[in-house]
Amino acid sequence: MRELSLHLLDIAENSVNAKAGNVEILVSEDTRTDRLRMTIQDDGVGMDAEMVARVTDPFVTSRTTRKVGLGLPFLKMAAESCNGYLSVQSQKGVGTRVDVEFRLSHIDRMPLGDLTSTILSLVIGFPQVHWTFTYLGNGNEFIFDDRPVKEELEGISLCEPEVLQCLREMISEGIQANQPVSQISNLQS
Amino acid sequence: MPTIKNLDDLKRIREEALEKKKLKTASGNVQVVVGMGTCGIAAGARETMKAILDAIEKDNLSGISVTQTGCIGLCEREPIVMVTVGEEPKVTYGKVTPEVARRILKDHVGAGKVVEDHKIAM
Repeated sequence: MRELSLHLLDIAENSVNAKAGNVEILVSEDTRTDRLRMTIQDDGVGMDAEMVARVTDPFVTSRTTRKVGLGLPFLKMAAESCNGYLSVQSQKGVGTRVDVEFRLSHIDRMPLGDLTSTILSLVIGFPQVHWTFTYLGNGNEFIFDDRPVKEELEGISLCEPEVLQCLREMISEGIQANQPVSQISNLQS
Repeated sequence: MPTIKNLDDLKRIREEALEKKKLKTASGNVQVVVGMGTCGIAAGARETMKAILDAIEKDNLSGISVTQTGCIGLCEREPIVMVTVGEEPKVTYGKVTPEVARRILKDHVGAGKVVEDHKIAM
């Protein structure tokens, strides 16, 4: 995967598979501290300490369709090669939180990529989940919470063309309005 | 701090959508499911999903539900898309690039013709 937003999508899928009802995503780009941070927090089934310790090992997965899990190990490796880290905190019955950080200006850092498509894919693709997405650009905050949107729509599908357009514009405009200037080339949406 | 600024837009959209629903009743519900496990994402499933959503938006296609699922164990044939039109049996497609996705929407969903060259026999 060549974009951080694709990794974000992948980790958020783990949350859905862990039966999360609420997932909070945070993406922060800060040129002042030269850090890029992504946090995914869910209230899914969680993992015990032993599983958490092993979860970044490529030969561990909870899936049954194949025996190798590759999402977290790849991202951990990418973060560590960019003066960053990946941490997983989890508690059975409470949920899981994944934090990943990079040096923003590191030459090997993957581009963030199409963040809007990632968030839209999740919101549309898993309508039963309550999604909250926060974007921070040098501390300037944009929040997309899909609950008021769904309440406003009162049962009209998120996939109706006009709704799709509205959601896409809300998310991409919100990100663009807060993005640090030097980062704009990194995020097409 | 701009949070959701377009809720009023959504209210209007909702009313318009309700109007449209009244006009055409039961035009055959269409379900599209995109495989979005690690394998699917690595094979380009997000771009496939994007192509589907873009086509719905651009061609103003109403009544299509697009959702996601995880890995279904056919990783080597990702991106995988499953399509169910009304009461017809589900059709599973493999190697669905954005271009193939647009064909599926046009031929299968739009005209009832299954895109045979990407169909997976299940």
